[in-house]
Amino acid sequence: MTNTNTQEQPGKKFSLDDDHVVVVIGSGAGGGTLANELAQKGVDVVILEAGKLHTQADFLADEWASFQQLAWLDPRTASGSWRIARDFPNLPAWICKTVGGTSVHWAGASLRIQPYEFKALTTYGKVDGATLLDWPISREDLDPYYARAEKKLGVTRTNGLPGLPGNNNFKIFHEGATKIGYKHVNTGHMAINSVTNDDRAHCYQRGFCFQGCRFGAKWSTLYTELPRAIETGHAELRTEAHVARIEHDETGKVNAVLYYDAKGALQRQKARAVAVAGNSIETPRLLLNSHSAKFANGLANSSDQVGRNYMRHTTGSVYATFANKVDMYKGTVMAGIVEDEARHDTSRGFAGGYHMETISLGLSFYAAFLDPGAWGPKFADAMDQYAHTAGLWIVGEDMPQSSNRVTLNTELKDQYGLPTANVHFDDHPNDVAMREHGFKQSEALYKAAGAKDTYRVPPYPSTHNLGTARMSDKPEDGVVNKHGQSHDIRNLFISDGSQFTTGAAENPTLTIVSLAIRQADYIAAQMKQGSI
Amino acid sequence: MQSKHIALAVEREQSRATGKPCISLTRRALLKGTGVLFGTLAMSSALALIAPSRAWALELKSLDEHQGKVLLALVKRIYPHATLEDAVYALVVKDLDGKAANTATIRDQLAEGVRKLDAQAGGDWSARAAGDQDRDIAALADTPFFQTVRSTAVVSLYSNALAYAHFGYGAQAGDGGYLYKGFNDLAWLPNPPEQDSGPIPAN
Repeated sequence: MTNTNTQEQPGKKFSLDDDHVVVVIGSGAGGGTLANELAQKGVDVVILEAGKLHTQADFLADEWASFQQLAWLDPRTASGSWRIARDFPNLPAWICKTVGGTSVHWAGASLRIQPYEFKALTTYGKVDGATLLDWPISREDLDPYYARAEKKLGVTRTNGLPGLPGNNNFKIFHEGATKIGYKHVNTGHMAINSVTNDDRAHCYQRGFCFQGCRFGAKWSTLYTELPRAIETGHAELRTEAHVARIEHDETGKVNAVLYYDAKGALQRQKARAVAVAGNSIETPRLLLNSHSAKFANGLANSSDQVGRNYMRHTTGSVYATFANKVDMYKGTVMAGIVEDEARHDTSRGFAGGYHMETISLGLSFYAAFLDPGAWGPKFADAMDQYAHTAGLWIVGEDMPQSSNRVTLNTELKDQYGLPTANVHFDDHPNDVAMREHGFKQSEALYKAAGAKDTYRVPPYPSTHNLGTARMSDKPEDGVVNKHGQSHDIRNLFISDGSQFTTGAAENPTLTIVSLAIRQADYIAAQMKQGSI
Repeated sequence: MQSKHIALAVEREQSRATGKPCISLTRRALLKGTGVLFGTLAMSSALALIAPSRAWALELKSLDEHQGKVLLALVKRIYPHATLEDAVYALVVKDLDGKAANTATIRDQLAEGVRKLDAQAGGDWSARAAGDQDRDIAALADTPFFQTVRSTAVVSLYSNALAYAHFGYGAQAGDGGYLYKGFNDLAWLPNPPEQDSGPIPAN
């Protein structure tokens, strides 16, 4: 098993005045991958990570304690008609502030976005209230990078790797799904080792995927990309480095990053180029907070699209209770997938499609998320049946909307006095119709497997945050081009899910990693040419 | 007072390590606290198997004994589980007591809430019939007092070793993984075909 040797920091240290380095902000799936890919090519990289280093040995088999350890808990606010704004007004998203970012917390589902989803506007046509757009890249463009990403992540059912063995939750899911006629039901494409691979252990079915994989069976940049980047001697990781602002020169090119170090002292790291990968809430917040006389509306924001088109996938869960025991918490959290609904078929009453994936929560989070705010006999009865409960999660394409938006909350400042992010979200009618369809199908699935009761569970704080610095062909339609390079500033890149033009129905991490690999090739080539 | 008691919440680790009961109330300890709640686990309780003793006690730091009793009764009606031991509900009172000890506004809010409940009952609200209690609670569900109690309870009640044992959640026991400990032991449905699942990895 690979050790998390980021701690030893054997690698290179770069001076704050060294202006030839590429500064990567964030060490998760996007930033961590980009940093390693660049370092492997000999490009010098400084990685600034706001979180602390927590290694595999530190991970906790306790949901609330782990949440305190890993989650991004700096102040944020939520507004809009989504239930999150009422139930969790200071927790719009459940993402991480730790070395490795949300790649420590993700469940591992690794799916390629389907060809038609890259052409959402062309395929679905104009949808009222939606800001649909075709991606400036096609599935064909991305396929070679998907292949590299699948190899890097050790995705099951690719490259000859077997599928993961299904757990109890999957058995029920499979039984119900096949009984109602679904054909594509299996343990999925997972970045969780089904066999020992890439110096990492196979999965031991611990069931704490969301709390960090103690065995390192699940891919995370924490114990793959980051130590490997450091080993090259071309990357330095600075932890507890909270970026406040990106600076630019008089020509408009970015040239430095201001950050608060672990001791709270403000530092200025000079940079040849900057790549932002802070997840789709912190990334637009940083661009907006970096406004200047030259860029009064924030960096890379001549289109006014920074922060807009915030997407979070159309989600929802259904839990079902059975006469017999289930013990859903045993084994991988996302233990299986139904792919049959992931298609564009408007006879169902909505555009785009969705997946169904098993999910499980421990007792603590089941109580917290089953029906936030609920109490009384009905809630208690559902809790009483915990051990007899199975669960699944719906993950579908949501419509991008201009008014779903990350903005600065200037009333509420963070610990450094910086304006925080407000996340505004309203469901689009298409999202509502899709969720309703997903709920009905999920209930039918569990009834077919013999369920007694089923519970519709509203979306959790967002884990799939997308679209707030969208990729577009034309500068007026979006923030970055097909390489994630900002339309306005050629040495400023976006390297996370913020780039997504539309949301697609697939869990986003594999695409984030693929885009980062592709972007690294592009940045290295641009540097060689002297363009940046 | 015998000195065998269940360790509540934070003290339980120590209890497991030493094999000894950890809350050992003496007269001196009693004098230091503001009140104490006592109880006994039911003979048939699953918790009796893991608890060091059937008797439990919770010493309060801020609330008085009556306030503790009323809040215990309140939490039992907010999350009514027919067979859940009072010892688990007492963990919620413990956390409310902790918050009251740290924050004067919460202490006052809880005191005022209990006073109002007692006024409705014309005496000790905890002795009121369950149906009357439920009506009283429904009437105060929108108050900050209720929200403080409920939001504390939904975390405290379902996030402790006693609750995990009662409701059947593996928690820490799963830390080593269920690969060889029943992750796929469900036997009341057929196993999915091999191509939809995957092989158990050879070590």
